[in-house]
Amino acid sequence: MIQALSGQLLVGLINGSFYALLSLGLAIIFGLLNVVNFAHGALYMMGAFAAWMLTNYLGIGYWWALLLAPAAVGLVGVVVERTMLRRLYGLDNLYGLLLTFGLTLIAEGIFHHLYGNSGNSYPVPEQLQGGVDLGFMFMPIYRGWVVVVSVFVCTLSWFVIEQTKLGAYLRAGTENPRLLQAFGVNVPLMFTITYGFGVALAAFAGVMAAPVYQVTPLMGSNLVIVVFAVVVIGGMGSIAGAIVTGLGLGLVEGLTKFLYPQASAVVIFVVMALVLLIRPAGLFGRER
Amino acid sequence: MLRIARTLVVALAAAVAAGAAAQEKVSDGVVKIGVLTDMTGFYSDLAGPGSALAVRMAVADFGGKVLGKPIEVVAADHQNKADIASNTARKWFDEEKVDAVVDLVNSGTALAVMPVAAEKKRVTILSGPATTAITGEKCTPYNVHYTYNNWALANGTGREVVKNGGDSWFFITADYVFGKSLEADTAKVVADSGGKVLGHALHPQNSTDFSSYLLQAQSSGAKVIGMANAGADTINTIKQAKEFGITPKQTLAGLLVFISDVHSLGLDAAKNLYLTTAFYWDLNDATRAWSKKFQSHPDNKKRAMPTMVQAGLYSATTQYLKAIQAAGTDAADAVIAKMKATPVDDFFGKGTIGPDGLFRHEMFLVQVKTPQESKYPWDYYKIVKKISAADAFPSVQAQACPLVKK
Repeated sequence: MIQALSGQLLVGLINGSFYALLSLGLAIIFGLLNVVNFAHGALYMMGAFAAWMLTNYLGIGYWWALLLAPAAVGLVGVVVERTMLRRLYGLDNLYGLLLTFGLTLIAEGIFHHLYGNSGNSYPVPEQLQGGVDLGFMFMPIYRGWVVVVSVFVCTLSWFVIEQTKLGAYLRAGTENPRLLQAFGVNVPLMFTITYGFGVALAAFAGVMAAPVYQVTPLMGSNLVIVVFAVVVIGGMGSIAGAIVTGLGLGLVEGLTKFLYPQASAVVIFVVMALVLLIRPAGLFGRER
Repeated sequence: MLRIARTLVVALAAAVAAGAAAQEKVSDGVVKIGVLTDMTGFYSDLAGPGSALAVRMAVADFGGKVLGKPIEVVAADHQNKADIASNTARKWFDEEKVDAVVDLVNSGTALAVMPVAAEKKRVTILSGPATTAITGEKCTPYNVHYTYNNWALANGTGREVVKNGGDSWFFITADYVFGKSLEADTAKVVADSGGKVLGHALHPQNSTDFSSYLLQAQSSGAKVIGMANAGADTINTIKQAKEFGITPKQTLAGLLVFISDVHSLGLDAAKNLYLTTAFYWDLNDATRAWSKKFQSHPDNKKRAMPTMVQAGLYSATTQYLKAIQAAGTDAADAVIAKMKATPVDDFFGKGTIGPDGLFRHEMFLVQVKTPQESKYPWDYYKIVKKISAADAFPSVQAQACPLVKK
């Protein structure tokens, strides 16, 4: 009994690491740019596909893909921000949501046309193959790696945004862009970089996921809904909130899979409804 | 002058009458086949554009004409939604002169379209869907179920795997009608063959992470893990089973796995998997010849080998056209009667279509090769056993279909 429970909780923690990575990017983009980036799931998918393409067409392996795929997809994000998204900053954030939703459909459509729906398999890198018997479960080394990397990247991002001067600029840019510009800071460039970074985080999560899940055009469409719920529960725009909630909800999901598996697909949304009833701004959000 | 005019009128009348007579033979002067399938969703690789291609190939190979009238093919996406499927079929029948709707992958869409077709006296030929109810309690007089069904899958894989020593089972099951009925069918076969079922884990359709279900399967200690799910769910189950060290200690049994799934998984992840199929391209010269034609067809952009759904559809379309030829009309009653009366014998299969509409033919239990065993592209399966038509499908008398006289 305890064995099975600890197994499920560990699996939950692993899933939570993915949620944390993805919701981090989403929270950064929302918190700093006030854009509801619905394309996050599609960008995650593009990150996974970029890794697969690097291996298949250029023979470049996982380790370089961790760097190159987010850079490439981040560049796509920069182009999107420069050419389309920035025109919507003054408007209601519903417009940003609609634009990114449209982009999602286009991206998924293109990949579907090129690669079909069953997708492609991406191998686990040689150095991380195999697993360790923990007594209560067989822990694949790669999954452990996912947890470690996710915690590291999340902490680093949180530190940069909340504790450094660069982060202070970014936050100031959201509060009062004109004043910041008056101090000589190139605010539009800062916004572009922020969006590009958020997108790169999504792609990074995609590369991390590629060896575990099948790389398919629709792999992000299921996940983005859950990740949105995570961000809402954590408090829209709260970066620490997104990270903590991501890991926490992974655990809640793991627990549900142990107690009543059929509810595992909805439990996150039940939690979301409860949290919104009690704290409409989310667990870590500030009331405005 | 008057005489000439009179002759003209008579000639005209004769021409109209002749036209009407021809129209009686082939309604609206054209035989139109509508391929209604999942073009963009989870089943689009195993059916989808490949299904439409198979039907077009069958029409082209038949000569593009039957009873001197042209054959047309139209295709549409039902998006796996029963209402879209039945609305499209209704529009096709009422406005676009479609005589037969084919494929209907996804049992929900098939069960929605069959009654519409029966009401309008048009033909349905199903290749993709699996539920046994199609030729059971939900059967209709104008329907043929061609390629496979849940009963055949459960019996093929279940019985043989138990016979080969896999006598304890744990199911990982998609939590909806298809998955549950496939599990129930298989569990019955396992029990009847002397095996036992140790438990199951239900997962929501379209899950991405199966690790928690796999852990349950692992701790159950069952020798065989039966996957009562399909498409992307099966692919991710297999992939993650390998990751968690489940295979090769426990054996995976795929209850519904297509060659497109194996192709996208790769042999390293799928190796040693047991599954039941109605068709494999590399069976004999005839299957190879047709499959290579399919693979190299300019419309087959991905250069994929045909799945059993697509191969079945080619064969079924050919049978349908032959029946029109033999019956001398495209009227549904006569064509279906002809199809049920004519034994099938082609590269796809040999057998007969019963009064319930089910085509009973040989099925194959196969095992996926290891990367070392695979010698050339798409060399994926070892044939473990040929399952005769009588063993592969339920007998006519066992069907709950009201069309079967008891």
